[in-house]
Amino acid sequence: MAASPFEPQDGESRLGAFLGDGDDIAVYRAMLLIRRFEEKAGQLFGMGLIGGFCHLYIGQEAIVVGMRLASRENDQFIASYRHHGHLLACGADPRAVLAEMTGRRGGLSGGKGGSMHMFAPELDYFGGHGIVGAQASLGTGLAFANSYRGDGRVCVCFFGDGAADQGQVAESLSLAARWRLPIVYVIENNRSVPGQDGELARRGAAFDIPGEALDGMDVEVVRAAGTAAIARARAGGGPAILEMRVERYRGHSLADPAKYRRKDEPRAAAPDPIERQRERLLGAGRADEAFLKRIDAEVRAIVAEAADYAAQSPEPVAAELFSQVLT
Amino acid sequence: MATRLLMPALSPEMKFGKLTRWLKREGEHVQAGDIVAEIETEKATMEVEAAESGVIERILVPEGAEKVAVNTPIALIAAMERPAAPAAPPEPAPAEDEDFPPLRLSVRDALREALAEEMRRDPLVFVLGEEVGESQGAARVTQGLAQEFGAKRVVEAPITEHAFAGLGVGAAFAGLKPVIEFMSFNFALQAMDHIVNSAAKTLYMSGGALNVPIVFRGPNGARARVGAQHAQDFSALFAHIPGLKVVAPYSAADAKGLLKTAIRDPDPVIFLEHEMLYGQDFPAPRGKDHLVPIGAANIARAGRDVTIVAFSHGVGLALKAADRLAEEEIEAEVIDLRTLRPLDMATVLGSVAKTGRCVAVDEGWPQGGVASEISARLMEEAFDDLDAPVARVTGQDVPMPYAANLEKLALPTEADIVVAAKKTLYLKT
Repeated sequence: MAASPFEPQDGESRLGAFLGDGDDIAVYRAMLLIRRFEEKAGQLFGMGLIGGFCHLYIGQEAIVVGMRLASRENDQFIASYRHHGHLLACGADPRAVLAEMTGRRGGLSGGKGGSMHMFAPELDYFGGHGIVGAQASLGTGLAFANSYRGDGRVCVCFFGDGAADQGQVAESLSLAARWRLPIVYVIENNRSVPGQDGELARRGAAFDIPGEALDGMDVEVVRAAGTAAIARARAGGGPAILEMRVERYRGHSLADPAKYRRKDEPRAAAPDPIERQRERLLGAGRADEAFLKRIDAEVRAIVAEAADYAAQSPEPVAAELFSQVLT
Repeated sequence: MATRLLMPALSPEMKFGKLTRWLKREGEHVQAGDIVAEIETEKATMEVEAAESGVIERILVPEGAEKVAVNTPIALIAAMERPAAPAAPPEPAPAEDEDFPPLRLSVRDALREALAEEMRRDPLVFVLGEEVGESQGAARVTQGLAQEFGAKRVVEAPITEHAFAGLGVGAAFAGLKPVIEFMSFNFALQAMDHIVNSAAKTLYMSGGALNVPIVFRGPNGARARVGAQHAQDFSALFAHIPGLKVVAPYSAADAKGLLKTAIRDPDPVIFLEHEMLYGQDFPAPRGKDHLVPIGAANIARAGRDVTIVAFSHGVGLALKAADRLAEEEIEAEVIDLRTLRPLDMATVLGSVAKTGRCVAVDEGWPQGGVASEISARLMEEAFDDLDAPVARVTGQDVPMPYAANLEKLALPTEADIVVAAKKTLYLKT
């Protein structure tokens, strides 16, 4: 596997290399990378290089970047199948992520997982789960392990508003509350189920799990709420729910024309998270147009290289069919 | 005037029980309602109360006595006032001598020993399930573990099979070694998604990056008079899934050695116990660290005329059938599969090469079952060795009925195995 462009430099932590010290320019760059990566994934899907399902994260970038900023190194992340952004935010190599989506040998799972099934335990990223809601129970187990070891880690568990109705989510909340597990459940409310805004934050009320609904399209709002919830969990305060309202710009997957979304359906009032961060940088005099163009070019180059790699990496050898079924 | 304290019954069907423990000694004063002893059966434990106040004049049945018939007098209580002097303190129970372990062991105790030994050996091992802690386990396999290891490592979960199975897999992702107990594998269907989609597939889907060292264990298969939802054999269901290892032991030594191996295994293991074997005694395993490899069958009885392949409770039936066949000078070889995935076909093929005949015993349903798999593999891999078609002896293709007579008809018997064996030998039955 090729070295990640975000590979830590000497003396720098992985997170440091990716997001600086939460530097507003690095935050912009991270969100832009996810956006451009997903746009490229959409293109490759259209060209037939990516098969099956491909769930894009366009519009939701501020959530995972904000939560990464709020977390410490070694805190665990776990998510649904809509997780390419989570992988990148955790520091996975964009080439390996995209090559997995094209089903190639250089992919993160050697081509055997696909878009929905990628894992990077060395980066404390535990998947990528194709069954809606599965990560709620699995993430609760990661938090159980943290509590068992008393190692001060917190699990950040992402799922969508659709998954929030799964029975195992309610069961997981019950277990996490009962054992005061260090976990923050982030509900990415991209409104696949209409009319639930603000309600999802209250899903833990019966278990005395505090919840907060917030604008998931503002990375600073996400960072602030995430920092508080994670600190509380780390201090032994137990689980919390953060409902992030967000506008998903595409259908559920690229195979979904999103006909259930009416053209005249009101869009979120919040502007695009990347645009918003861009305005912030320009307004504060942190960057000018020329500088931002350079960042865009740099990000486009990373994504273009990843796309080349994903298209050219050979398919797995036939013998791989039988490997890794058991350890 | 002394009254007799009688062995009580826990249920209308109970005929015998074990007198586990006396809580009062001879000469001790008891009040009516005081708990004086504990008894147990296969299914439950119960406390025996004194019906009247008085002094325990004589204990008639000693502690540890097995098979005490219901209504047997177990003590005499003399109607007496409380003596002025305090009764002598009860003697401490003799400690078990580690250098001289018991010669025989029940499957239940074997499983408990395996859990305790592995928990002592590795602090990452924990047990989680319903009633496993202070409640001592629904089938009492985890009895005493909470006292030794505490609530942190013997975790009582609420009735949330779906989530706690997933929680176990997540904890295994993080490097712990969970042993998840299902009160019964019937309830594992609630957790099937995490067993199949999360535990079994993650290693493969991650390209080898993330393994899942977890054990799911509990009773599977038939159980007396509990009806269709609580007496199902899911051996074939689990054995169907790549990425799982599936173990179904018969003897106490194998139960112990395989559970220890399963806990140390880096991959998910489905450990299928059997309610009707928990209380059965077997020769105890020798040696300090008794391990049995996963994926190795055992020749439980050698013979030259016909091979009987069985697993779990079915091995007991097969051995009894072999005894009956021996009376007719038919020498059956009984193979205890012990592991259902990966299947040790080499041992089965070796035996069939010798006998040329095979009866496959499976208490589960016939279609797509373990016996069917054995039969298909023999047809593919040992066609030329076979002198007769493989015979299957399985449970009937019906949900388990409740009525005692129908339930009996639904399950395979040793007589069925004898008939099938003779059929493969073209003998009249």
